Amino acid sequence: MNSILKTTELPYCKGCGHDLIAKKSAQALENLGLSPLDVIVVTDIGCHGIIDKCLNTHTVHGLHGRSVALGAGISFGIENPDKKVLVFIGDGGSTIGLQHIMEAARLNLNMTVVVHNNMLYGMTGGQTSGLTPRGFCTTTSFEGNPFAGYDICELTHTAGAAYSSRIMGVGDITDELVEAFSVKGFALTEVMEICPSYGVKLNPRRKLSEILESSGKKTGVWKNERKAFVLEQGKKSYDLLEELKGVEKDFPEVLASDLSLVISGSAGEGIQSAATLLASAAMRSGCHVTQKGSYPVTVGVGFSTAEVNLSPEPINFHGIGVPDIAIITSADGLAHSKKRIEGMKKGKLFIDESLETPSTGAEVIKRDFRSAGARSACMYAVIYFAKSTGIVDTESIYKTIEESGLAEKMPLSKIKEKIGSLN
Amino acid sequence: MQKSSNERKVLIDGSRLITEGMARAGADSFIGYPITPANLLYLYASRRMPLMLPAPDEITTLQWMSGLSATGRLPVTATSFPGFALMIESVNMAFMMELPMVIVVVQRLGPATGTATCGAQGDIALLRGMISGGHQLPVLCTSDFNDCWELSSRSVSLAAELRTPVVLLTSKEEVMTQKSFDLSLLESISPVKREFYNSNMPYQSYGVEGDEIAPPFLPVTTDKWQVRLNASTHDRNGILQHSNDEAIANTVRLDRKAAESLDSFTYYELDEQDGADTLVVSYGITASAARDAVRKARSKGRKVSLLVPKTILPLPDDYRMIMGKYQKVIIAEENINAQFADLVFGSAIPANIVTAGSAGKMITPSEILKEEDCV
Ligand code: SF4
Repeated sequence: MNSILKTTELPYCKGCGHDLIAKKSAQALENLGLSPLDVIVVTDIGCHGIIDKCLNTHTVHGLHGRSVALGAGISFGIENPDKKVLVFIGDGGSTIGLQHIMEAARLNLNMTVVVHNNMLYGMTGGQTSGLTPRGFCTTTSFEGNPFAGYDICELTHTAGAAYSSRIMGVGDITDELVEAFSVKGFALTEVMEICPSYGVKLNPRRKLSEILESSGKKTGVWKNERKAFVLEQGKKSYDLLEELKGVEKDFPEVLASDLSLVISGSAGEGIQSAATLLASAAMRSGCHVTQKGSYPVTVGVGFSTAEVNLSPEPINFHGIGVPDIAIITSADGLAHSKKRIEGMKKGKLFIDESLETPSTGAEVIKRDFRSAGARSACMYAVIYFAKSTGIVDTESIYKTIEESGLAEKMPLSKIKEKIGSLN
Repeated sequence: MQKSSNERKVLIDGSRLITEGMARAGADSFIGYPITPANLLYLYASRRMPLMLPAPDEITTLQWMSGLSATGRLPVTATSFPGFALMIESVNMAFMMELPMVIVVVQRLGPATGTATCGAQGDIALLRGMISGGHQLPVLCTSDFNDCWELSSRSVSLAAELRTPVVLLTSKEEVMTQKSFDLSLLESISPVKREFYNSNMPYQSYGVEGDEIAPPFLPVTTDKWQVRLNASTHDRNGILQHSNDEAIANTVRLDRKAAESLDSFTYYELDEQDGADTLVVSYGITASAARDAVRKARSKGRKVSLLVPKTILPLPDDYRMIMGKYQKVIIAEENINAQFADLVFGSAIPANIVTAGSAGKMITPSEILKEEDCV
């Protein structure tokens, strides 16, 4: 079996804790009986990330702070539970990518993260990080960091990680790493170290153990008894075209030329479904149709407007400026479509009798549409439009409503009665 | 349009066609983060894709996709500018690592969060400039339902063939509007056949032989060879390098990759009329208005041709050559800074090029070819 490390000459400054972590991690993987190609090491930006070339494992070197998310993606894609995803990240990366860590912990993904916490950004010149303890000196807080650092272990533990641990990066840490690496689920080990190039120089005579203690943190292991995330197999997959209902042409063609409609009412009053039913019914007579809706971001209040085009020919452009027909069933709808109605020089406006008629060149038809109930006013108005213009066969609308199963949800017989008396 | 014997008319939107098209082409994972106007794609994908994961943000989305792609899957997501902006650093990573995936960008009105439910075509300048170094990844743009089907499936196969992220560009009005459509007009789609590296010679993650432009792929789960993926400047083995010759050659190859393969994915619609001296050029949502404008002008006896570019990046030379044959060219797109014209001509747009633009409103056929153009 190949060894995990290609070389023992690692590219770190003399005395850097990263050297210990890399060597002991390799040892731990070997102790667990893993071959190099069973392991995918994901690293990112920071001194720890230059380890790739020294490894015989698969290596993935990504963006600063993103290695946990990248490793998570790999973990999702791995079917063989014996493969090991090992992520290296620094203290800097672990705050820019904190959400990624929390997410992987929350889902308890099968992966191990080693946080190389030397309490500052080493690669970029010794700046303060989110894990720098209060009072620790860095090149950007030379009188000591005024803020306390995150407790990354507490965060992952609270998020649901199977295993979180903090260890001192001194001496032989192989056993501690073996324990973390053998966890099924999300394991994070924070290894405390001091960067000789910046940390030691700026904090002379301070000991790692004393720094940790004065920051109020302890070494230790925190566990959640949880099963590792396993991808559900055999997820149902629906053919998105098969599941669509085909529309047969079972009514005679009636439409001679293009017609555009704007249907406006209030959210929750069935505007879009009335428009869809109208469009589907028109298709039964061989019409080409388009339908789109617009409503405020809060879909449950305010206006709801549907735009429908009907044409004997295939439709390319579906935009509607000034429509041929406007159907308005509430004050919200009127407010939203008023400008367009005022712009109508011809055509027809169907409007509920409770509403004030805007000035328009369209022929105005006022009816008690809301007498069908707020939720059915629009359907009634649409059927009324169909009946009085003959543009869409009312029978095709009734049939479409019945087939859609919506008939029970509206007072269809009452509407039919009202429409029937039109003759 | 010819009526086919097994006609199956449905009321359908572009999101459904795109999602189904990608799934049939072999896309097997969807990572979702909600954003209007891309939500229908997310909804449909959750029903269709073998693997669907809800990400906590768009950076995670792209990272998870990259990880899945590294294991040999073909992931897809759908977003709009605000989400895409968050993804860009990771798109650069996937581009550099050469990881196949498709990102559907549904354009909406900007800047910033702009108007979520208002369509636009304002993102091609961004797409052209989003990779540091000026490299380009393939961008295909839908102009009708047939494109939603064919270009979406082609994006998937292209991503796999070129080992690259691909952007499928569309817009709100294309993916959220329902239209009557005959499903029997759709060509069948076969799943992409991915061939992973299977030689007995040692594998190099970024090694190309002969005239290969994209290196063969191996997932990070393989037991045979070491796989190294790297977002930093790297050599053929995927090992980080400052700027040695081999690493820079790799970076240069990345720049050539899409451009040199462009013939295999140059798509446009050219409807030329004999004797026409005017050409209308339009892509995406505005192409539908352009088709109507041209049809109307012709019905009035005016001779006019139509070009609908579908491959947006890298930009095929064909477009400039076609435009060069016409005395007058009208380029219509739903932005106010002629982004496509700028892509073709830079800041020196020739005098015979007229641009028609709009913000917050679809361009109408009569704004493309005005009444006087039709007599
Ligand atoms: S700069 Fe600090 S963290 Fe980086 S290798 Fe040197 S000692 Fe280690």
